[in-house]
Amino acid sequence: MATVSQTHQPPGFRDVLFARRSTVVALVCFVVIVLACYVLPTLDLTAIGKMSVRNRLTPPGADYFLGADAFGRDVLGRLLVAGQTSLQIGLGVAILSSSAGIVIGLVAGFFRRLDTPLSRLIDAMMAFPDILLALSLVAIFGGTVGNVILALSIVYTPRVARIVRASTLVVRELPYVEAARALGSSTLTIMVTHVLRNILSPILVQATFIFAYAMLAEAGLTFLGVGVDPSTPTWGTMVNEGRQYIDNAFFLILFPGVAIALSVLSLQLVGDGLRDALDPKLNKET
Amino acid sequence: MAKYLLRRFVGMVVVIILVLTIAFVLVRLAPGDPAALMLGPDATPEEAAELRTRLGLDDPIILQYATFVGNALKGDLGESLFFNRPVTSILADRAEPTIFLALMSLFFALFIATPIGIYAAYKRGSLLDQSSVTSAMLAASIPSFLTGLVFQRVLATNLGWFPTAGYGGPDADIWVRLGHLILPSITLGITNSALILRFTRASMLDILGEDYVRTARAKGMPERRVILRHALKNAGIPIITVVGLTFALLVSGAVVTERVFNLPGMGNLVVNAVLRRDYPVIQGTLIIVASIYVLINLATDLIYFFIDKRVKY
Repeated sequence: MATVSQTHQPPGFRDVLFARRSTVVALVCFVVIVLACYVLPTLDLTAIGKMSVRNRLTPPGADYFLGADAFGRDVLGRLLVAGQTSLQIGLGVAILSSSAGIVIGLVAGFFRRLDTPLSRLIDAMMAFPDILLALSLVAIFGGTVGNVILALSIVYTPRVARIVRASTLVVRELPYVEAARALGSSTLTIMVTHVLRNILSPILVQATFIFAYAMLAEAGLTFLGVGVDPSTPTWGTMVNEGRQYIDNAFFLILFPGVAIALSVLSLQLVGDGLRDALDPKLNKET
Repeated sequence: MAKYLLRRFVGMVVVIILVLTIAFVLVRLAPGDPAALMLGPDATPEEAAELRTRLGLDDPIILQYATFVGNALKGDLGESLFFNRPVTSILADRAEPTIFLALMSLFFALFIATPIGIYAAYKRGSLLDQSSVTSAMLAASIPSFLTGLVFQRVLATNLGWFPTAGYGGPDADIWVRLGHLILPSITLGITNSALILRFTRASMLDILGEDYVRTARAKGMPERRVILRHALKNAGIPIITVVGLTFALLVSGAVVTERVFNLPGMGNLVVNAVLRRDYPVIQGTLIIVASIYVLINLATDLIYFFIDKRVKY
């Protein structure tokens, strides 16, 4: 930061992103969660999946750091493995809905004839509350990890599409797009190299938030008993399993719940930081 | 103005028709024969054929669609396969807890979030501002079932301050029923207050930066009057928007909250319908909820239009 102020350059992306302590803490927190979920289980420090009925519902302590579940399995170990699936669902939904949203939004923003029908379709899709629509979709597709990703992607695609369309409408009128058109670039080239590359920042911010929302929604769906199949460990299925033992082992719900909250919170803080770093106009909000 | 109203009205009708279309297509996306799926594995082919005829599933798809939209516009959303009753009358029976839950939690959310949002904007950058923004984000990150389960366990089961679950039984009077909704409303209200707080704070910050606020301060008006007379009056409009925005959030949250507190509302109905594959009920709930959303958003736009003279269309 010091060198930047000496040379009187405007602060760069990284300076703004890391200027706020909460963004840095959130980013570190999220990276730690991801590393823990993917690295710790490979080190075999915890007896993942080993059942010992004698130790069922052991409270957190020396033997089991975060306790043991109804089958005597180590909660910490399960939490880490389940985290992989939960994170994959979030990331999958973020990537899939962004990609679909980019295509729909660019087409709506570029072809005036398709704009009205696509925009009305987006309006209609967004009239369905997310959990309700996802619930119905999972009911129809069936409760597997892939289908939950597909259902939630359908739910969140209109949100991305709306943002992409709005940004496209602004960027397509800029002089450099006109110049590219005058030079004979094809519509596809203009769409991808000139427009898409310049509207990536709002899409990235939105994708971060969708990552967070999707993790929350997966947990919600699974809690309702219509999400991921109970045999696949996710943070949502762990909460759902723990519900039966709520009276004598509340920690079975608490730990996966806290894991979800921590991941979602850090993702949202990172999203906020990204938004401020990528769009200086919005800085006044902080 | 008449032209704007007409355009908005036509837009609304188009969106509602699209909502009906999406709901129609959704149910037909299900793999396999819907009749066999609805009847379960024990059904004989004859039973499936009979149900298909009854539901009109053997008709050409265009005809099915036309019948479906025609009936829906007349207020007929089909019959539940589980209850053997019209979907609309089941939804009407289940509407009360959901409507009260939504209204009470909205009231609760506005009650805590609006003053804090306004004050945080006024004391921008202060400890209170930072902590309220952080806690709003935290509230939005905790899954609502976790908040609900913790509240239920601590405040209802352990301390006995609130009823644990349910809606007081079939003969309970209105106060008992509302009493059962306090804890669910607080749960849902906390989740939703996050959005309202951020929104109120942001719009109040905009207003405090306006020229007329500076003018009022410059001419020596007491700070209290600047806030109360100039700023607050103009903060009302964004709050109307937020009510429209939170509706979808309220319904999604209500589904989960009703499940936690075992309330006999529309959310619980739809989850059970999903578990029973009662497609007409799922379809009907989707249509009703989406239509209410469209109407609420039209209403907020119209209120805008009539309140804010600067809004030009």
